[in-house]
Amino acid sequence: MNIIVCVKQVPNTNEVRINQETGTLIRDGVPSIINPDDRNALEEALALKDEHGGKVSVISMGPPQAKEALKEALAMGADEAVLVTDRAFGGSDTWATATILAAAVEKVGGYDLVFCGRQAIDGDTAQVGPEMAEFLDLPQVTYCKEIKVDGEKIIVNRFTETGDYILEVKPPVVFTAIKELNKPRYPSARGIFEVYDGPDQIKVYTLEDLDVDVTQIGLKGSPTNVYKSFVPVRSKNSEIIEGFNNKEKAATLVDKLCDLKLI
Amino acid sequence: MKRAKVNQNVNLAEYHDVWIIGEQREGKIHPVTVELIGEGRKLADKIGKKVIAVVAGYDIEEEVKKLLHYGVDKIIYIQHPLLKEFSTDGYAIATSQLILERKPEIVLVGATSIGRDVGPRIAAQIGTGLVADCTSLDIDPEDGKILQTRPAFGGNLMATIICPKNRPQMSTVRPGVMQKASYIENPKGEIEIFEPNLEEKDIRVKLIDKIVADKKAVNLIDAKIIVSGGRGLKGAVGFETVRKLADKLGAEVGASRAAVDSGWIDHVHQVGQTGTTVRPEVYIACGISGAIQHLAGMSESKYIIAINKDPNAPIFKICNYGIVGDLYEVIPAMIEAIDKKIEFDF
Repeated sequence: MNIIVCVKQVPNTNEVRINQETGTLIRDGVPSIINPDDRNALEEALALKDEHGGKVSVISMGPPQAKEALKEALAMGADEAVLVTDRAFGGSDTWATATILAAAVEKVGGYDLVFCGRQAIDGDTAQVGPEMAEFLDLPQVTYCKEIKVDGEKIIVNRFTETGDYILEVKPPVVFTAIKELNKPRYPSARGIFEVYDGPDQIKVYTLEDLDVDVTQIGLKGSPTNVYKSFVPVRSKNSEIIEGFNNKEKAATLVDKLCDLKLI
Repeated sequence: MKRAKVNQNVNLAEYHDVWIIGEQREGKIHPVTVELIGEGRKLADKIGKKVIAVVAGYDIEEEVKKLLHYGVDKIIYIQHPLLKEFSTDGYAIATSQLILERKPEIVLVGATSIGRDVGPRIAAQIGTGLVADCTSLDIDPEDGKILQTRPAFGGNLMATIICPKNRPQMSTVRPGVMQKASYIENPKGEIEIFEPNLEEKDIRVKLIDKIVADKKAVNLIDAKIIVSGGRGLKGAVGFETVRKLADKLGAEVGASRAAVDSGWIDHVHQVGQTGTTVRPEVYIACGISGAIQHLAGMSESKYIIAINKDPNAPIFKICNYGIVGDLYEVIPAMIEAIDKKIEFDF
């Protein structure tokens, strides 16, 4: 079973800080990681390969430093890694990104399954997987919680707010992974040794390698644009309740809530 | 399959009205639909356009008609036996056909597990941009451009996104954020039935079973009071204390991402950027420091109460009332004080 996994390198948003004066992100010193849901997608692909054989190819679109994410994927056990990078891709929204990734998936070719994470922690859109599936004219199952191969068919448990849906689909298909799907493995010692000490194994695709319509990519080709961005302002006239001890403070708080008819 | 394109010199003047894509599950209208109508009406009134609710399904006409009571000008009910159960392919194809035929100016979809699955698929079929998970929408009455605001980078930053050259302008809207449309006794709108072109082979993913969640499932969105616990609980057992207070107040139990990630409580309780967005009357944050990503999901609560040992916790900047102290002392003391109140009332 040949599987392509799309991963994104993202800043760890838990560590992101904002310059309150300029309202911009302070990216310096913020570690870059493989997007968490994408890590689950990669794990599932590797586990399916362990069980059924085949090949796992990992694709990442991003600047040259996204190679680091791909190296980690190789060290975890992926067979092949492709960096999709070009200045022309900069400023792409979800439409344009899905267009480029779909072309990269087609270029890698020969796949049964395509995996993405449900969403990336920097943008939280969850749109690239489904848009890419549409561009590839493939069926999709998003929010995958469990995946089982049953002969020709694949049985998937799709997780939603109101319950789980058990679905059946035949490859080729696009899946998006959630964290409930599995527990990602760590890179193996041998994998680390081979990737970081060995020759560079990462392939690079640029604009000229891909069959994309340049009117549909990059900042200019993106249908949506950022109009402005700002730091959310949240402040209230907070009152810290004073008291001799916690018991007295608690009683004062309950009195206040009762006076406001809140409880 | 012919692939749709964007930015192809669309004549913006051909597009009219605000559509909301209603959602039904097991034949019942999902509450986000009424929130979308409320928001859709606000936008439509600013530009003098109609609000049209679109719902897909089969054999649910009576349920769909109920939406007329929320003041929509019209309902378009997409009816087909193959739409009885939700499928990405069936719902995306049917909805896209209708959009391409009627040309709405604005399309709003709920950012639920269904809307976020089918929304991008529709946008990709019809050739327009889509803005995910919006928490605020506004419209420029001059050019009808909608300003779609959403959190990014874990809620650290808000971005306002536009879709200037393509129509419809399409957003998914986060559940629990927008004001619900109010109920009216004597509705005026009409219902039209649309029969899409669908075949069995279009639906490539088959539903074979459903495991419907427990009815007692956590309902944070509709809760009037929420008592939430965070890292400061120090362990799963802390949620027993939180739950005691919640039960006393008839409240739901919420949690921060830190508590969920530590495995102390199921993630259906999670409030925040990656969890549920809530706006209860009272939000009691126990042992929650107030990380941006948590604030993104609860800062619209009417009254915020914070209990935390650390006087410098950011939650104290956005609360109405704060108590600096050990929650394991404060919460039992609150329960005791509430019990006394109840006695006094008798």
